[in-house]
Amino acid sequence: MTGRGTPLVEMRDISISFGGIKAVDHVSIDLYPGEVVGLLGHNGAGKSTLIKCLSGAYQADAGEIFINGDKATIRNPRDARAYNIETIYQTLALADNLDAASNLFLGRELITPLGMVDDARMEAETRKIMGRLNPNFRKFKEPVSALSGGQRQSVAIARAVYFNAKILIMDEPTAALGPHETQMVAELIQELKRQGLGIFLIEHDIHAVMDLCDRASVMKNGQLVGTVNVNEVTDDDILGMIILGKKPAKAA
Amino acid sequence: MSDPASHTHPEGRRGLIQILDIDTRLLGMVGAFVVICAAFQIWTGIRALPDFSWNPFAWIGAGRFLVPQNTFNIAVQTVSVAIMAAGMVFVIVTRHIDLSVGSLMALCSATMAVFQTEFMPKTLGLGLEHPLTAPLAVLLGILVGAAVGAFQGWLIGYQRIPSFIVTLGGLLIWSRVAYFVAGGQTIGPLDGTFLMLGGTNGTLGVGLSWALAAIAALGAGWALWSSRRAKLHHGFPVKPVWAEVTLIGIVVGLIAGFTAIINSNMVPPARLKRLFDARGEVMPEGYTEAYGIPISVLLLIIVALLLTVMALRTRLGRYIFATGGNPDAAELSGINTRLLTVKIFALMGGLCGLSAAVASARLSNHSLDIGTLDELRVIAAAVIGGTALAGGFGTVYGAILGALIMQSLQSGMAMVGVDAPFQNIVVGAVLVLAVWIDIQYRKRRGIKV
Ligand SMILES: Nc1ncnc2c1ncn2[C@@H]1O[C@H](COP(=O)(O)OP(=O)(O)OP(=O)(O)O)[C@@H](O)[C@H]1O
Ligand SMILES: [Mg+2]
Repeated sequence: MTGRGTPLVEMRDISISFGGIKAVDHVSIDLYPGEVVGLLGHNGAGKSTLIKCLSGAYQADAGEIFINGDKATIRNPRDARAYNIETIYQTLALADNLDAASNLFLGRELITPLGMVDDARMEAETRKIMGRLNPNFRKFKEPVSALSGGQRQSVAIARAVYFNAKILIMDEPTAALGPHETQMVAELIQELKRQGLGIFLIEHDIHAVMDLCDRASVMKNGQLVGTVNVNEVTDDDILGMIILGKKPAKAA
Repeated sequence: MSDPASHTHPEGRRGLIQILDIDTRLLGMVGAFVVICAAFQIWTGIRALPDFSWNPFAWIGAGRFLVPQNTFNIAVQTVSVAIMAAGMVFVIVTRHIDLSVGSLMALCSATMAVFQTEFMPKTLGLGLEHPLTAPLAVLLGILVGAAVGAFQGWLIGYQRIPSFIVTLGGLLIWSRVAYFVAGGQTIGPLDGTFLMLGGTNGTLGVGLSWALAAIAALGAGWALWSSRRAKLHHGFPVKPVWAEVTLIGIVVGLIAGFTAIINSNMVPPARLKRLFDARGEVMPEGYTEAYGIPISVLLLIIVALLLTVMALRTRLGRYIFATGGNPDAAELSGINTRLLTVKIFALMGGLCGLSAAVASARLSNHSLDIGTLDELRVIAAAVIGGTALAGGFGTVYGAILGALIMQSLQSGMAMVGVDAPFQNIVVGAVLVLAVWIDIQYRKRRGIKV
């Protein structure tokens, strides 16, 4: 990966353990502007934990993060947002009792000149972005607990997209989506990529990875098996990496 | 509308309530309150009549419960618990509990009493009834409450000790600290200006009360209209104009009705005569005067308004509800939930201080048992008022209505001669019943909690 300038994100030698279990064990990955990097691995491989170190949900026990070549200190989600890092969590991380607009703007509310939250304007903005991402979405007044899994997912996606992220982390963004909505997310990823965002995409569907990603990093038991250029390998190669934990000979 | 409730109500009634967009839960509470008032009015009416007759109008007419004086008293007695219940809403919404409010209130009361009777007059040598005594005392009470609350909030938020444990410790600790601060005795009489917070000693009089009612009515009307205008501006659906006007009419009617009742509570002639004597004047023949709205009730209204605005219109409020709905999501959205916990408990503590001022001013001294069992009344008021213990839901006006319902029940039972132990049995049963009804209501509406 030389000759491409400075990476947008570089995570170097990241380790984190939860009481003895090494959830992430000396993993290094990077991401360039306009690139989609797939993150694969069996359940419990450490994918979510790794990207949570980038999104500020966890703090790594060891290792360093560089953003645009500069060392970054990310202690909490606020720090990550300051680096224009947006995250769609696997658990979606929505407040069930609030409506879509309140969730979309949570932590970054629009306010009136008097310093009061401007619900009407936030709802209008939410209607706008949802009109683009999921035109069938109608439930703007209900708390998100009244939404279907897919509708909740589109709220989470809208939240990540709305704030002009430069670095987007998507942890299984299509897990609850129907085929049509999944297709829409795929198109969205390609559009964001054209706009120059860097995207980490955690995904179990190898075909989606082959379609959408430029590179794929595979993890097993907290360790990085390897990173491959997707156009240089077959899906069987990647499957082999996930199951056997070995990098295919030709791509090494 | 795929609302399951549409199958359980006759179309017409549901339609009206839905068009008016009134919170049906609030309506239920108001209904319960009306039933309680009517029941005690009739009960006291039957007892007041010289001989029994089957005439409901005579019962209601002779009732002693809804007379201006009793309405006034219940309003005054509700304030102290209601102020704390308003704060408890936010504590419970964020999935915490505060068992220390009664004890903390006693500590604030003791501190304020010592400040008024010892520190200002003796230590500083400013004498009794110094004009600064009352405002400084109230400020001190609020600060002590907020500081203790913030400390408890720090233990809960940053040290991760469950709020139940921290405030259970606080319940035991602060009441004892209050005992030592007060030197184990009742402290009084308190400063004259300070006593104005208590009720009968500080009222607005008829003219100011009506002025206040007018301001409140205009404010409510303006708030409803401007929210309609904001909706129209963004092209959102709005209620029909007649519905909006009806709603404003109901609100204005309630404000006017309450003011009229309170304003017809007359000051007893003996008391008036004493007031004139104290000023060295002679009371004119046939002179009468009404109390008007008590300052303490005004205080409660201001607290309720500020906290409601905070809940619905500020970031702090939004973060409180988000944290209650999903603490992890709030944290991941960049909300500092630990600091938020400190703020909420500091607010709760500050309200304990304010409540202590009202309560000790009403009793006109700091008594040793002030605040005892108030934590239970406060929590019960918030819960009867619809605050969900699972977190995420609750309203300030609900909690205040809850406090009012409890106080009405207790006053009513005392009036009809129900023994104190039996009163507790009834209040306890009402609490459990209220939560059960709430669960049924949410089930029917398909709200998961
Ligand atoms: N907060 C935590 N406390 C303790 N252990 C944790 C915690 N979070 C993750 N783990 C452990 O770390 C390991 C990696 O979990 P992680 O969620 O990163 O897996 P994943 O690769 O995202 O899996 P999946 O595909 O199922 O989402 C697992 O063994 C998990 O049990
Ligand atoms: Mg995961």
